[in-house]
Amino acid sequence: MKFAVIVFPGSNCDVDMYHAVIDELGEEAEYVWHDETNLDRFDAILLPGGFSFGDYLRTGAIARFSPVMNEVVKAAELGKPVLGVCNGFQILLEAGLLPGAMRRNDSLKFICRPVLLEVKNSNTMFTNQYAPGEIIEIPIAHGEGNYYCDETTLAKLKANNQIVFTYHNENPNGSIENIAGIMNKQGNVLGMMPHPERAVANLLGSHDGLKLFQSIVNQWRESHAIKA
Amino acid sequence: MYKVKVYVTLKESVLDPQGTAVKKSLRMMGYDDVNDVRIGKYMELTIGETADQLDAMIEEICSKLLANPVIEDYRYEIEECVPQ
Amino acid sequence: MQLKLEPSPEQIKAEKVYSQMGLTDEEFSRIEKILGRLPNYTEVGLFSVMWSEHCSYKNSKPILKKFPVTGPHVLQGPGEGAGVVDIGDNQAVVFKIESHNHPSAIEPYQGAATGVGGIIRDVFSMGARPIAILNSLRFGELKNARGKYLFEEVVAGIAGYGNCIGIPTVGGEIQFDACYEGNPLVNAMCVGILNHEDIKKGQAHGVGNTVMYVGAKTGRDGIHGATFASEELTEASEEKRPAVQVGDPFMEKLLLEACLEVIKSDALVGIQDMGAAGLTSSSAEMASKAGSGIEMNLDLVPQRETGMTPYEMMLSESQERMLLVVKNGREQEIIDIFKRYGLEAVAIGRVTDDKMLRLLHHGEVVAEVPADALSEDAPVYYKPSIEPAYYRTFQKMENRIPKVENIEETLLQLLQQPTIASKEWVYNQYDYMVRTNTVVAPGSDAAVVRIRGTRKALAMTTDCNSRYIYLDPETGGKIAVSEAARNIVCSGGEPLAITDCLNFGSPENPEIFWQLEKAADGISEACRVLKTPVISGNVSLYNETNDTAIYPTPVIGMVGLIQDLDHITTQQFKQPGDLIYLLGETKPEFGGSELQKLIYREIFGKSPLLDLDVEALYQEQILTAIRAGLVASCHDVSEGGVAVALSECIVGADGIGADVELQGEAVTQLFSESQSRFILSVKEENREQFERFVSAKLIGRVTAEPILQISVNNETVVKVEAEKIKKAWKGAIPCLLN
Repeated sequence: MKFAVIVFPGSNCDVDMYHAVIDELGEEAEYVWHDETNLDRFDAILLPGGFSFGDYLRTGAIARFSPVMNEVVKAAELGKPVLGVCNGFQILLEAGLLPGAMRRNDSLKFICRPVLLEVKNSNTMFTNQYAPGEIIEIPIAHGEGNYYCDETTLAKLKANNQIVFTYHNENPNGSIENIAGIMNKQGNVLGMMPHPERAVANLLGSHDGLKLFQSIVNQWRESHAIKA
Repeated sequence: MYKVKVYVTLKESVLDPQGTAVKKSLRMMGYDDVNDVRIGKYMELTIGETADQLDAMIEEICSKLLANPVIEDYRYEIEECVPQ
Repeated sequence: MQLKLEPSPEQIKAEKVYSQMGLTDEEFSRIEKILGRLPNYTEVGLFSVMWSEHCSYKNSKPILKKFPVTGPHVLQGPGEGAGVVDIGDNQAVVFKIESHNHPSAIEPYQGAATGVGGIIRDVFSMGARPIAILNSLRFGELKNARGKYLFEEVVAGIAGYGNCIGIPTVGGEIQFDACYEGNPLVNAMCVGILNHEDIKKGQAHGVGNTVMYVGAKTGRDGIHGATFASEELTEASEEKRPAVQVGDPFMEKLLLEACLEVIKSDALVGIQDMGAAGLTSSSAEMASKAGSGIEMNLDLVPQRETGMTPYEMMLSESQERMLLVVKNGREQEIIDIFKRYGLEAVAIGRVTDDKMLRLLHHGEVVAEVPADALSEDAPVYYKPSIEPAYYRTFQKMENRIPKVENIEETLLQLLQQPTIASKEWVYNQYDYMVRTNTVVAPGSDAAVVRIRGTRKALAMTTDCNSRYIYLDPETGGKIAVSEAARNIVCSGGEPLAITDCLNFGSPENPEIFWQLEKAADGISEACRVLKTPVISGNVSLYNETNDTAIYPTPVIGMVGLIQDLDHITTQQFKQPGDLIYLLGETKPEFGGSELQKLIYREIFGKSPLLDLDVEALYQEQILTAIRAGLVASCHDVSEGGVAVALSECIVGADGIGADVELQGEAVTQLFSESQSRFILSVKEENREQFERFVSAKLIGRVTAEPILQISVNNETVVKVEAEKIKKAWKGAIPCLLN
């Protein structure tokens, strides 16, 4: 399986994503610069964290206009898995691939530390290796992860089981309904603030994030086996 | 030449943690009459005079990039100015 | 050409305009002599920044000569952007520490942010990929709004820059003392790695080669920042606000990635950061180091503002700029690489053979000065030094054991002293994990960053207990180096080398200069014994407010090599049943201790003593035991003594405690700050072998019950739940800030 790691000017978790796939997952990955106009050769798209274009105006606001984003939209429409982590999540929101918006953390401070998450929906292409309701430890590192959406959107997210991860025991940033990660209605675009790519080996403190990547591969293998 | 002043503010229904913090500080400093503080962004754009349909263009710039319609509102003022 | 608003050469001399720029009468006549004529305004500007303490080390050069700077592993000592040390497998580690004290006192967020930005450029301009940032910070007591504001904004500034550029901030240390109230210290250290063949130097070789400018445009930021950094802070410096630069971490991220790509190209001859004194220092130093000259056309310098004069362009300290020397005819290759990152590389001059720095503006020569004169010929001052009376008084004092009513209560109070308390509030604002190599996060003795693709890792730390150095600069200097080495060894690493940041008061004061001399003697001796040469560093003098100097604070940044990931050791106890050992002798030493400060509200007397041979022996024993896989945890005993060290071993380890028995005078056993001491825990089955390697005393066991129990002479003096310790230790700083 081949993953694209999209690199915007200012991305800085691209290396982490790449090595999570290559070293720990054992699949293929390639860095893709933001001006690329063809993603056909990839099976899944990863939007890493960082500060794309400095995030000076609003997080993710400028990155969404990069040429590669048209291709990301196309890949999403084709049903390929698209995972946006941290700044990647913010970009997916700005691009309208996921509903809602980000505000600054309610503490007004950048927060970097491991947090506990609850797997709210384990029946997705991103979470099929987790048990329903499993509690996992994944680090966060963001200044704007305070997820917001209006009542109608929230009701839809709940009705369609689009809330994939919530913060467990505490809410580090003030996000609505403790939301840590959501997906689109079709279930192939996931945005999350915590960094699964930072939790792929015990040496780094946790390997709870590895199952997320394994879920993607698992789903892809199964669907390809059926096709074959 | 036109100078366009754009004001981007959080929608009223959206919590503003920065504004809340500033309000708290002002109260602590003894400004008890301060009922609310909302923090927004102010931007200045200088646009060449060939820009016809200026309004439509600025609307587009604001809604596409300068403001996020999910949480933010915007308004703008246009001033004519003489290039230096 | 004479610019209208600038004084003429004759006026400069007659009205002593140069003195406003920080030059003395003698220095001005020296310039006159070098040039054989009167300098114009731009030229006086060039000299004033290059001959400031910050750029020339004119007051500290005689001191810096004391340091050992060579060693079998040193590939590059002081003099370049950063020092370089071999770590085997054709790899090398690059590191340096630098101060940004004065800018941070005026504008804490931007001052700290640009301090981080500057030190990162120093490291990648050597050709290295920056892998970690550390910070050594000093503040007042967090008792008033201004103090809290400085602390919060400095931390936010470091976070803002480091998090955005994506280099993990993995460690450092923070001390709080009243002497830093008006003059906080912000020292930033950056560590990078490279392959030997990629080492780049800031040298302008090859007549006819092209000088290129890359990065942010030049504005009027921080003009005279470098001279300003060498003056005492007074009320008037509040008015100098515009002298502080604003950082752009996004620009620096692009510059970093582009430069690391350019470094692989053989079209590049030399590269240097435009740091303090910007275009002036980078061009003059690159020419001088290569024995060449540089001619630049200032009309070609990318400018952010209109109507900038040569003086302003040359002295601007706009951030995120680099100066490159590129092989003649191969400019386009370089331009293309930068273009990919949205950056412009512009040819602004060429290398000449006449050893002059020549500047053209609007078709005329506006400055023509020997490059060596700027970067090499600054005067060197041998300042008078006098042993201060306070030192003699302190040396005569007997060691007094402070009176402690309730030992347990005192322990909890010590844990809440901001210097000892958990710095979680700080480091949780830093992205310490990005690039996923941080194996030991902030909060243990040293931070550990693995080197991907190998079994190796680097341990890194910054240390300096300035109270000891104030009481006894020479011993304190030895302690600073030893403590840094202790932290590296406790983490499983072998100390490699140090970088130092000498923060002192005004060298014009003979007593301060004495502190500087003695501290340097102590540091040098410790470096020799512990085999850690000084490979880079920085001097920050004039750290005074309204005539009161800070404690002498020579911060030591140290990096050590961990040969195998399996050797990585942390301070937290691991398993109930493990044996607890204390290595090192405890004596009643309270001068400069946290307990003394807590009880008497001041520090006095002798600092703890240090025997470097004993120190070296213990460090060797520990490293041998760690490498043999015999040590479960290891922690050095520092501020607050054994009781605090034991508490720290427990708080990070969930759900366990310790039961410890000591013999002797209780206050001394628990709170003395005697040096060269360590607390180790060892699995029962390793007992015999461990004791063969390490001459430590068995003092207790790790328990399954989360309680810290300490008895002295068979009497229980501390029995407190781990949760209570944790609450006191972790809650202290957030509580002080509310």
